[in-house]
Amino acid sequence: MNLTTTYMGFTLKNPIVASSSPLCDSVSNIRALEDSGVSAVVLPSIFEEQLQLEEEYLDQDLVRGTESFGESLSYFPLLRDYNLGPAGHLELIRKAKSAVSIPVIASLNGTSRSGWIQYARNAQQAGCDAIELNLYSLVTDPMRTSSQVENDYCELVRVLKSSLRIPLAVKLSHFATAPANLAGQLDVAGATALVLFNRFYQPDFDIEQLEVTPRLTLSHSQELLLRLHWVAIIYGRVQSDLAITGGVHTVEDVIKSMMAGAKVAMMTSALLQKGVHHASSVLAELGHWMEEHEYESIRQMRGSMSYRSAPNPAAFERVNYMRTLSSYVLARKEAPV
Amino acid sequence: MAESTAPTKVILDANEAVASVAYRLNEVIAIYPITPASPMGEWADQWSHEECKNIWGVVPRVVELQSEAGAAGALHGAIQTGALGTTFTSSQGLLLMIPNMYKIAGELTPAVIHVASRAIATHALSIFGDHSDAMAVRSTGFALLASNSVQEAQDMALIAHAATLESRIPFLHFFDGFRTSHEIAKITPLSDDDLRSMIDDVRVREHRDRALTPDRPVLRGTAQNPDVFFQAREAANPFYFACPAIVQQVMDRFAERTGRSYQLFDYIGAPDAERVIVLMGSAAGAVEETIDVVQARGEKVGLLKVRLLRPFALEAFLSALPVTTRAIAVLDRTKEPGALGEPLYMDVVTAVGEAFDQASGKWAAVLERPRVIGGRYGLSSKEFTPAMAKAIFDELKKEKPRNHLTIGIKDDVSFTSIDYDPGFSVENPRVTRAIFYGLGSDGTVGANKNTIKIIGEETPCFVQGYFVYDSKKSGSVTVSHLRFGPQPIRSSYLISKANFVACHQFNFLERMDVLEAAEPGAVFLLNSPFAADSVWQHLPLRTQEQIISKRLQFFVVDGYAVARETGMGSRMNTIMQTCFFAISGVLPRDEAIAAIKASIKKSYGKLGEAVVQRNFAAVEATLANLQGVHVPEHALSTFNILPPVSSQAPSFVRDVLGVMISGHGDSLPVSAMPQGGTFPTGTSTWEKRNIALEIPVWDESLCIQCGKCVLVCPHSVIRAKVYDSSLLGGAPTTFKSAKPRWREFETLKYTLQVSPEDCTGCRLCVEACPVKSKSEAKHKAINMAPQPPLRENESANWEYFLSIPEMDRGLLSHTQVRDVQLLEPLFEFSGACAGCGETPYIKLLTQLFGDRAVIANATGCSSIYGGNLPTTPYTKNLAGRGPAWSNSLFEDNAEFGLGMRLALDKQTEYARSLVSSLSGQIGTALSQEILSADQSTEAGIAAQRERVSAVRRSLADTTLTEGQDLLAVCDSLIKKSLWIVGGDGWAYDIGFGGLDHVLSSGVNVNILVLDTEVYSNTGGQMSKATPRGAVAKYAAAGKSTAKKDLALEAISYGDVYVARVAMGGNDTQTLKAFQEAESFNGPSLIIAYSHCIAHGYDMAFGMKQQKAAVLSGYWPLLRYDPRVRKQGKNPFQLDSKAPTVPLRDYIYAEARYSMLARSDPETAQTLLRLAEDDVARRWEIYEDRAAMHGSDLGREEPLTELLPVGARAVPSDGEK
Repeated sequence: MNLTTTYMGFTLKNPIVASSSPLCDSVSNIRALEDSGVSAVVLPSIFEEQLQLEEEYLDQDLVRGTESFGESLSYFPLLRDYNLGPAGHLELIRKAKSAVSIPVIASLNGTSRSGWIQYARNAQQAGCDAIELNLYSLVTDPMRTSSQVENDYCELVRVLKSSLRIPLAVKLSHFATAPANLAGQLDVAGATALVLFNRFYQPDFDIEQLEVTPRLTLSHSQELLLRLHWVAIIYGRVQSDLAITGGVHTVEDVIKSMMAGAKVAMMTSALLQKGVHHASSVLAELGHWMEEHEYESIRQMRGSMSYRSAPNPAAFERVNYMRTLSSYVLARKEAPV
Repeated sequence: MAESTAPTKVILDANEAVASVAYRLNEVIAIYPITPASPMGEWADQWSHEECKNIWGVVPRVVELQSEAGAAGALHGAIQTGALGTTFTSSQGLLLMIPNMYKIAGELTPAVIHVASRAIATHALSIFGDHSDAMAVRSTGFALLASNSVQEAQDMALIAHAATLESRIPFLHFFDGFRTSHEIAKITPLSDDDLRSMIDDVRVREHRDRALTPDRPVLRGTAQNPDVFFQAREAANPFYFACPAIVQQVMDRFAERTGRSYQLFDYIGAPDAERVIVLMGSAAGAVEETIDVVQARGEKVGLLKVRLLRPFALEAFLSALPVTTRAIAVLDRTKEPGALGEPLYMDVVTAVGEAFDQASGKWAAVLERPRVIGGRYGLSSKEFTPAMAKAIFDELKKEKPRNHLTIGIKDDVSFTSIDYDPGFSVENPRVTRAIFYGLGSDGTVGANKNTIKIIGEETPCFVQGYFVYDSKKSGSVTVSHLRFGPQPIRSSYLISKANFVACHQFNFLERMDVLEAAEPGAVFLLNSPFAADSVWQHLPLRTQEQIISKRLQFFVVDGYAVARETGMGSRMNTIMQTCFFAISGVLPRDEAIAAIKASIKKSYGKLGEAVVQRNFAAVEATLANLQGVHVPEHALSTFNILPPVSSQAPSFVRDVLGVMISGHGDSLPVSAMPQGGTFPTGTSTWEKRNIALEIPVWDESLCIQCGKCVLVCPHSVIRAKVYDSSLLGGAPTTFKSAKPRWREFETLKYTLQVSPEDCTGCRLCVEACPVKSKSEAKHKAINMAPQPPLRENESANWEYFLSIPEMDRGLLSHTQVRDVQLLEPLFEFSGACAGCGETPYIKLLTQLFGDRAVIANATGCSSIYGGNLPTTPYTKNLAGRGPAWSNSLFEDNAEFGLGMRLALDKQTEYARSLVSSLSGQIGTALSQEILSADQSTEAGIAAQRERVSAVRRSLADTTLTEGQDLLAVCDSLIKKSLWIVGGDGWAYDIGFGGLDHVLSSGVNVNILVLDTEVYSNTGGQMSKATPRGAVAKYAAAGKSTAKKDLALEAISYGDVYVARVAMGGNDTQTLKAFQEAESFNGPSLIIAYSHCIAHGYDMAFGMKQQKAAVLSGYWPLLRYDPRVRKQGKNPFQLDSKAPTVPLRDYIYAEARYSMLARSDPETAQTLLRLAEDDVARRWEIYEDRAAMHGSDLGREEPLTELLPVGARAVPSDGEK
């Protein structure tokens, strides 16, 4: 049975990839992921703003109150290095590359074009096999239109692609008016792969303290549906490889991802909750399932339930929404009083 | 530090230059912080952390001790055991080393102590430079070697180390504190090879051969008896006789290698000089410059620089002095009260006397003995200028010159001073002289240090940078004095004629005459919120007049706008530096800009590319915003520079302190100074500093009157009062009030008022405010708003608020924060850092007990913001009562306070006996009431005050001796509260022996330890209170051991009241602890978590960090009250809950921890784990302790029987 898949030009031994998370922030964890069968890893994101903020804060913290009073002209010794900037991330790339044989994908999350290009080049130089751009920009300016934002994304991908020699994946947010169109634009702009969709911190409210508190909850399989939906729609309409991230927990989730058209299924929350070994269990189950259902290869099932291949493609469209609603209403009506 | 292949020139200060030599020539370096020598230890510690090696390839061991006495002891041990050792110190620190210095010298052991010379505390402490420390150790047997400049300090450091090894005489190498220690200069460095060539390894091996070792055992340190001690003491003489020649040989070898020639006594000036000044130290530079000018006018003058003061080389002295000399002025930078003359003068008189008595050498033919006069100058870094040197030479011309003179002051009491012409200047026109006025931390000094580096490195110019700092830690003014010139710069004094003046803070113009030193045609750069076309009308008249009359070239830049726009925040270093280079013409503009950028890359590179890019952007934006101002022909401003204090101020404040505030304290005559160093309290209220850009504004509609903002305000600028509503009748229209939320005061009014001109804008109050608007969550009951538009109205409101009577203290609960906000603070507007974590505790102390408190204050931050002139924060209430405060030393504060308590008790005892014996005169009933008074409450104390007043009235006309005696001591019948206050450096380290002893004494003292976990005042050096894993100076690698548990140590006595508090963690517990400690009739210890600027975060969040410290279990709150044992209960009360916040969440909010996690993640991780274990382990111990059953002790016995003897000696009526 053939579990291999291809993703961004790499032949992977299976479709389970560890997506960007704190799990991948140490070489020992990355090695453990490889041992448990994961076929590639995406490293934690280099956040441009975070790097800049850290530099600024440290600068401020070290000089606060200095050169004011003759007895205490400074408060801290000068240390040789503070490992600021992307140095720590780059070091992780270097160490990970020498520690494992699976592809190592660096992840970037930036805000400025100069930041993206600089960090992407740095990551490439550090030896990563590919780069995943996390295109998560919070557009809080009400004057900016979605087309302006999308144009910026595409331009960025074009510029980056031209300045890199390694493959470039683009991780999308599901907040797009026309995701399929955006996918097409990014495909044309040069994205090697599209990763659907990112998950992020959401502001929550503390109603006792009247404070806004950022919050991130782990995913659950329910969230997979959104991804399946859009991968199934996009599949076959773009050159880029497709990847699903968010809600991949079980073997069924992996299989569904493949059937929707993804080349890989990225896993994070399940690994965080159940441990790194969970990947090997899912892989074993994948083998059994395929055997039981007489699938020869992953390739065979890829896209089999996509918009273009599904027996009932209308299920992907608005009519399905109406049907679901009406069946819900019917169910309510039929329920015993 | 200098590399083995040294560059041609380096730019550094003397502390770094000396430390570099000392580090490379030693193996064991014992250190302890003291201004201005601390940086030498800091450099050594840092190099050791970086594993830099000495010239023998070994990384020296740098160890911090608990005091200078400890450092000297460790040094003594190290050198006795064959190591090469050194230490660095100053002032009081050197005094603490004296006992070991006698030993080290007596045992003929080579070592060098490097001293940044500083005044010794007498009538007052001073951190500034003079020779009183070095002169105090003349008799120890150490050789004393002086250096006069940064270059010389480096060179003499090497000469001292080489000479000590060859002579076996230990050396004290000293240079002027601040003037030399902190002056930045361009010098020729000494390479490792230079050092190697000067150190004779044979001598090193001889030193090791003399070491104590069981392989060749000897015994050293015998006790000797009258039969031989004297002879043995004289046995060392040959070494002292040989020493000067050895030093000269070393100097000659040094000259051969480096080309820099030194003599034991260096003579400068006319070979046939008739008048000669003799002195040591940095003042030599000013005299040399004067000689150049005076000699050119045909006068025959000279200067004899003393380098080796001990052993005094008579022949070398006489040989250096021109035989033509007719008059000598010996200037000492120290004072020896009551002596015939100061030490150097006495030496010279003796030397000249001996020369004539012996009539030998070139002096044999001289018939008339030259006249020798002595004088004092430059105490505590008082300026010594060419004008003064000229006056001394002129004095020597006189038939009968003044002897025992002083120069640089106006002595209208003893009339020792001679006049000088302040207008006399020898400033070289080829030297660029620039003065910069800045605000502490605004980047001005940093920028200037960079400028010096750039000019020093990019051009052949010599450079000099000297920085004058304020006496306040918040909102302080810095004045940078920079010189650049083609020749080495000898001007060892401030610039009085500048050709470039920059004022980096527009609001300085309001109160300061920044153009006083500008010379005609100078460039004036002003950081101005007003553009070139509108700035003129915003300048005071005096400033306009000077710009016009001096024909200044005037430029403006809106530095803060550029900083904001380029993401620089409030830091303007790069911006103002760019302006300087753009308009000063020191370097071609493009070259200068390129150099600035290179320097930015170098300075900020390790902080990351973003910081570098931001600075680059600031450079570009600055050039685009710098504007020349067209200067009108006439000064027509309608306002002028404000007086330093209000005309309403008391005369002493107006005429003395006001002059100091205006920066003209040098002009005050001796008669203006209180003799013995006693000053009035309540003076800070007159120094309106207006340093806050934003101040808190009260929203009376939201406020719940909890009092937290008042409690946490470090500067006592937020106050609350409850008062009769009728008082609102005369209030200003903007004066706010609200209905009090106390049921019993409902019919009255409540006002929370901010003093706009005293606020530092720290925002601690806003962060402490628990109330948020229900319709706009960011709006609190107190919010920051720009100060300038509020200043006038709020100042009037503040004045009105002060006129409202204080609340009756008896009506308030003194254990409720809400009520305590209404108690008048007797500590206000200190110069502590904005957001200080210590001062809220001190303010609380004064609110609760201030009107009857005596405070013994250890040296440190609290003695500086508590007692640094010009104005001081301890104040009085309307009745004229308030804390009486004194600072003795750093090391003995507990003992100092103990002595105070004993004195107070003894006077009480005497007063009580007089009341008994005079009951006939004052009335039996009154006597009885006085003797049996219960003063455990405010009301009881008030009643006793009334009784004492009655006694005063009844004895007003007494002629009885006993009656007059009682009048002298009757105030001691009113309960006094004795507080011993200091920081962790004192309590955990240098003063711990005394503290421990006082805790064991049973005497009724209250000890408040303001625990900032580092030596904050000297710039953040590690103490034993520093937590594991925190980076501090002297712990650059992160402190590897755990913090001492001072609370448990004190608890171990069993009869000491102990509390660990954190106001931000639990303010009510803090209040309780203060009340319990004060009421406990025995020693009490409160250890108070004090957030500090040395922790590395915005102190607005200080109280939040305190809370995190408590919640993480790092700072468990506890109270141990021995009185509870009487009730059969466990006296150990744990006041905080088991940790709920991970330790890392608390610590990594502070740069002192996070910088290690960045710099050395693995070590940080290891230390974090150990620190977590510390927390867990201690929590277990505390929990067990808190769970212990109560004691049966004391159930049947009265408390006093359980107290130790000392405590039982005080009256048993519940008084303290």
